Amino acid sequence: MLDRTADNVARATPEPLARRIRGISDKGLAWLFISPTILLLLAINIFPLFWAIYLSFTNYRANRPNEAVKNLGLANYRRILGDQDIWIAMQTTAHFVFWTILLQTVIGFTLAWLIDRKFRGHAFWTTIILVPMMLSPAVVGNFWRFLYEPQIGLFAYVVAFFTGIAPTHVQMLSNVELAPWAIIIVDTWMWTPYVMLICLAGLRSIPEYIYEAAEVDRASNWRQFWSITLPMALPFIMLAVLFRGIENFKMFDMVNLLTGGGPGSTTEVASITLKRQAFESWRTGYSSAFAIILFVAVFGLANIYVKALNKVKQR
Amino acid sequence: MKSTWKLALGLASAITASTAVSNAAHAEDLTLCWAAWDPANALVELSKDFTKQTGIGMKFEFVPWTNYADRFLNELNSHGKLCDLIIGDSQWIGGAAENGHYVKLNDFFDKEKISMDDFVPATVVGYSEWPKNTPNYWALPAMGDVVGWTYRKDWFSRPELQKEFKEKYGWELGPPKTYDQLLQIAEFFQKRQIDGKTVYGASIYTERGSEGITMGVTNVLYDFGFDYQNPNKAYDMQGFVNSPEAAKGLEFYKKLYDCCTPPGSSNVYMGESADAFKSGQVALHMNFAFTWPGLYKDEKVGGDKIGFFTNPAGPKGHFAQLGGQGISVVSYSDKQEAALKYIKWFANKDVQAKWWSLGGYSCLNAVVNDPKFPASQPYASTFLESMAIVKDFWAEPSYATLLQAMQKRVHDYVVADKGTAQEALDSLVKDWTQVFQDDGKM
Repeated sequence: MLDRTADNVARATPEPLARRIRGISDKGLAWLFISPTILLLLAINIFPLFWAIYLSFTNYRANRPNEAVKNLGLANYRRILGDQDIWIAMQTTAHFVFWTILLQTVIGFTLAWLIDRKFRGHAFWTTIILVPMMLSPAVVGNFWRFLYEPQIGLFAYVVAFFTGIAPTHVQMLSNVELAPWAIIIVDTWMWTPYVMLICLAGLRSIPEYIYEAAEVDRASNWRQFWSITLPMALPFIMLAVLFRGIENFKMFDMVNLLTGGGPGSTTEVASITLKRQAFESWRTGYSSAFAIILFVAVFGLANIYVKALNKVKQR
Repeated sequence: MKSTWKLALGLASAITASTAVSNAAHAEDLTLCWAAWDPANALVELSKDFTKQTGIGMKFEFVPWTNYADRFLNELNSHGKLCDLIIGDSQWIGGAAENGHYVKLNDFFDKEKISMDDFVPATVVGYSEWPKNTPNYWALPAMGDVVGWTYRKDWFSRPELQKEFKEKYGWELGPPKTYDQLLQIAEFFQKRQIDGKTVYGASIYTERGSEGITMGVTNVLYDFGFDYQNPNKAYDMQGFVNSPEAAKGLEFYKKLYDCCTPPGSSNVYMGESADAFKSGQVALHMNFAFTWPGLYKDEKVGGDKIGFFTNPAGPKGHFAQLGGQGISVVSYSDKQEAALKYIKWFANKDVQAKWWSLGGYSCLNAVVNDPKFPASQPYASTFLESMAIVKDFWAEPSYATLLQAMQKRVHDYVVADKGTAQEALDSLVKDWTQVFQDDGKM
């Protein structure tokens, strides 16, 4: 009875008044709820991005806030693209990204495949394998620095044990040839479990009946791997490669902690160069331009890659 | 009940009053910013006298050397009020003066009759003046410092080693006077077995990230003929920075690094270098003088086992890299008056004498020229000799950019074996020219 009365009152109320009575519309309420997040996003992501784009065309230096800011047009971009040291840093980054992804994918997939066999104690081993990924990069960087220490580090002694080379000659962080590999080893050790997890999810998503059908057709294990396992897990592997590729393209912490970009500039990846220009040399405009170039490069490459990933998924 | 209310009211008043009093006291507290190292501890001790005399409390913000420049330059650039007083590195002076971070002290010095003539001239130029060699003062010389060397006196005095050394090189084993001698000693000790332990020749600066390798290599470069610019034409660097003689100096530093440093010495600065010496690994050790009091007190390598010597002379001169800092009042501080009181107190002769006795390196002539000074500590005379031959890196507002360029070029050549010494210095001239062009100075 009461409900019917309320219903009648509501129907009799003119629309503008009803809106006022009801307060905020659903859409308005939705905007109200998401507006803090949008404002935060605008403040800490979108505004700095546009600000950096603006600064990249200027000679602004953050350590000289009182100096007049001059518009340089594309001069910063021209200088970066013509700077041989920048290209060397980009090559170093590419070398680092290529090898870490290759090793992490191969080892990660192999581990996932082994774990997927569901042998006795596989859950325990999965947890153990995941431990490096759970550690802080700062901790990992510091303890690997000690491990690599030529006079007291365990790594040098292990290498010496297997090769007969004196431990003091195993200078992983000081040697120009070895230093890039020292970082690749640590990054692979730390992030292979992550690739393994994604691959494991891919392997577990393959329906069992496909293997059963293959068994009926007397397909060998090798044939099953190449015709079923690998193609069906490929989108997951590609996803892992995408994630690791983006992460490693902007890798900073591990390189900074292990070698600081040295010896010389041997391990100076793009992010280290960027940090030096921005926060040591205080060339804010120049480093903003470099950051924009890196952003466009990563964004462009990631887009091409995602398109390829979608094609693979559609197959 | 009434008495309970009275008691509560009384307590509340007491708490309010005590908070107000304590706030009033804290309002006058000064914060002094510096690097976290041994002299900073001595300054804490010394500053207790200031608090006793003036009632002004002292708080300290000490940051490890690796973050010192980043932390405090960020603070100054953001016009922060954390530091009332700052002991900033000598190379900051140009930027700090031109960007208005430091209070200019000329009027204050005139009013308080503090004369810069009373301080060691090199420290006044290095720590206080901007532009250099003009009477514009932004700091009071606070902590004199210079690169010098320590050696293992106990190893040098072993008769069997002395004999072997003399037979091999034809001169008595002792503190080197030239770079050839330094290299010979380092070679002699490299990978030698002493007391059943393998030891190495020398620990030298090779750090890449901040300023390490530059602070090391410049000692040698100056002595071989390197100069920052044409003495008659500012910012003219061609043929001065990259002269063939300077290239020879750089080659020498690489030779010393390649032949005679402990394994894994590719990123060594003050801490690592001192550790190599303290752990008994090296016969020779390059470091700033501030490390000497601590090393002399060290049970394992100090006392009779340690000796000190100035940077050797080279074919074109005899110099040493200046370290050290001046104390400045931060222009963004709300307590400038109290901060100036501290500077006045710190400039006092008795305070400076105590500063030296506690482990700080005074720059006051009255202290260092005292006839008793050379004998006051085993390293005092070496410090004095070294301070007489100092030369410093650029102190331009763009010093950080100039420093990074040198770090890169030198480290690439010395540690990473990239190119030749001449190419490294030629590239350095290009880098520095670009920096000065960007600054509109060329």
